[in-house]
Amino acid sequence: MYRYDEIDQRMVDERVVQFRDQTRRFLAGKLSEDDFRSLRLRNGLYIQRYAPMLRVAVPYGLLTSRQLRTLAHIARTWDRGYGHFSTRQNIQFNWPKLEDAPDILAELAKVQMHAIQTSGNSVRNITTDHFAGIARDEIVDSFVWCELLRQWSTFHPEFSYLPRKFKIAVNGAQADRAATYLHDIGLHAVRNAAGEVGFRVIVGGGMGRTPIVGHVMQEFLPWPHLLTYVEAVMRVYNRYGRRDNLNKARIKILVKERTPERFREEVDAEWAHLVDGPGTLTEEEVRRVEGRFTRPAYERLPGDDPGHAARLAAEPAFAAWAKRNVHPHKVPGYGAVTLSLKKTGVPPGDATADQMDAVANLADRYSLGELRISHEQNLILADVRQSDLHKLWQDVKVLGFATPNIGLLTNIICCPGGDFCSLANAKSIPVAQAIQERFDHLDYLYDIGEFDLNISGCMNSCGHHHVGHIGILGVDKNGEEWYQISIGGNQGLTRPGAPAALGKVIGPSFAREQIPDVIEKLIGVYLERRESEVERFIDVVWRTGIEPFKEHVYGSHHQGHERRQRSLATA
Amino acid sequence: MAVIIKGMNVVNDPWQRLELNADGSLPPVPPAGDIIVPLAMWQRQREELLARPGRLGVWLNSNEEPAAIAEDLRLFGVVGVNFPKVTDGRGYSIACLLRERYGWKGELRALGDIWRDQLFFLASCGFNAFALREGEDPREALAAFGDFSETYQGSVARPVPLFRRRHLPSPDGMEWL
Repeated sequence: MYRYDEIDQRMVDERVVQFRDQTRRFLAGKLSEDDFRSLRLRNGLYIQRYAPMLRVAVPYGLLTSRQLRTLAHIARTWDRGYGHFSTRQNIQFNWPKLEDAPDILAELAKVQMHAIQTSGNSVRNITTDHFAGIARDEIVDSFVWCELLRQWSTFHPEFSYLPRKFKIAVNGAQADRAATYLHDIGLHAVRNAAGEVGFRVIVGGGMGRTPIVGHVMQEFLPWPHLLTYVEAVMRVYNRYGRRDNLNKARIKILVKERTPERFREEVDAEWAHLVDGPGTLTEEEVRRVEGRFTRPAYERLPGDDPGHAARLAAEPAFAAWAKRNVHPHKVPGYGAVTLSLKKTGVPPGDATADQMDAVANLADRYSLGELRISHEQNLILADVRQSDLHKLWQDVKVLGFATPNIGLLTNIICCPGGDFCSLANAKSIPVAQAIQERFDHLDYLYDIGEFDLNISGCMNSCGHHHVGHIGILGVDKNGEEWYQISIGGNQGLTRPGAPAALGKVIGPSFAREQIPDVIEKLIGVYLERRESEVERFIDVVWRTGIEPFKEHVYGSHHQGHERRQRSLATA
Repeated sequence: MAVIIKGMNVVNDPWQRLELNADGSLPPVPPAGDIIVPLAMWQRQREELLARPGRLGVWLNSNEEPAAIAEDLRLFGVVGVNFPKVTDGRGYSIACLLRERYGWKGELRALGDIWRDQLFFLASCGFNAFALREGEDPREALAAFGDFSETYQGSVARPVPLFRRRHLPSPDGMEWL
């Protein structure tokens, strides 16, 4: 965990004072709704369907147990006793009162937290691989680079009124677990032949209304130039990004309209003025920031724990959980545990205050007092001794976080949808639940294998439906909720030969109650066509194209429809 | 006479800001007094404007290029940048370019839809004069310059980013200037 120094702390404290005054002026009628909107959005406050929503930043998804207890306290005191972990590694509270927001921010500041730039047209929370710092395929510890970027982007005076929101992701490992090709800027750490660290800079990717896989602007940007180059990109965007149409204002549209080649030239021309200037990062600064992160005090263990191996062999249920929910650790004898927030019947990503407290206790007991939020909306205890895994599993089962479905179909990524969000066209949570209920049989789930299923309630695609192996999108047709299905999306290079890809829509949309049937049919085609158990759903879609899936769904759907009509007629 | 914020004080403003007519045509040139003219007027009536008594300034809209006046800066007493809407942040980059790239050292005035809550960022980007939108009390707004006591990144106001200043004896160390 990065520990604030005096200046970091002062910065968030001063923000609380500033926002308290802004809220006071608004409530006193001195600021109009419009004026206040541009200010409150800088503090993560949306006006939602039922109440304001407060989005709290969890920078790059890293939390201490103490911070999690504060989030639980906030949920209890100012909300209805729960919070929602979002796909941007943040937490959202759906029921706070506007006049309480300054007090909530003050409470957050006490534990080095804030809601700065969690909404509005500014640089948002920087996201990364949830296995940063512990993965065996690590190139750099991406947390350090995220923190450097967090500081650079916090209250950046030039880039605080951008054409649109701006999302940066950093990946520090071989596998891309941060979806760097689907961000406004993606930074993927690489080493050159000389062993020096740099970044592949990817610009103009994104989901939303116009999904685009980003373009590589630099194959190897030496790390000292990271901030000046990003600054050059942002300046070109701030000056020339479209401001006439909200739907065309993201940087991906500018890159597309300019062409990636011309955009790169413009950035290079701008960068020529900034390169080697005062914004150039120094080794001293990188080391300073690195040094402010607490490091887990790992025990020196000989390797895999024999007791753990024995328990795996003896208890199939434990083994199933360990297989899905424990990730290999770079330190011998340790593992990273994912607590699933995707239990059937619970809105994906939701956690109650009591659960948060309980997880905070688990983090203290088993994982050196820290935890992470993944963009798949689960919680991760990253530093657990193998010898503790069995005990932890039993504790986690009691909490309902032991669903052994990580990487499987029921580990659904889902936005809050029409139940909470005023932007949504359709509900998403009930769809997720209906699918989870249909695929509740674990053996079946394991047979289906690795799977990303994503649901978004509208084109803003907070549920990242474009990159789901199956993606479900809520659409509005004459005031009714319908769901469009796409297949073949992929969030990033998580295994060799599987690059980031956008899903293709299979055809006309469906009513909500049809969705589980449709999913089952798609799975049916996959199971029938796969050549081995190694071949995943997504691999089959890529190999065969979407046609066989399409035919099966629409062909038999119509028959099913007729069958239902007939049975209704005879009833 | 209108008041503006200049150099962190509230002062009377002797300058008159001219705008294009609604149909895009040029307004008449006042016979005397200090005027700030839109870029199009400067480009089309350059000689006439230079020949008249009174000081001359020019203002850019958010979609206009600062490069268009880079060669002429020495002729102006004021350069203005307009913010048509508070959410239109192009003016921040324009200010940075005028200061850092084109070397404008004189009065850089923010105009348009701005009020106290933008002052800190505007000042960071090099503005040193502020004509707040109508209805704002500039005296009350002065407090905004103190909203934050430190900034992380380099800017026109503090060219050296915090990470290069932490270890220097003077907090505004000039090693890069």
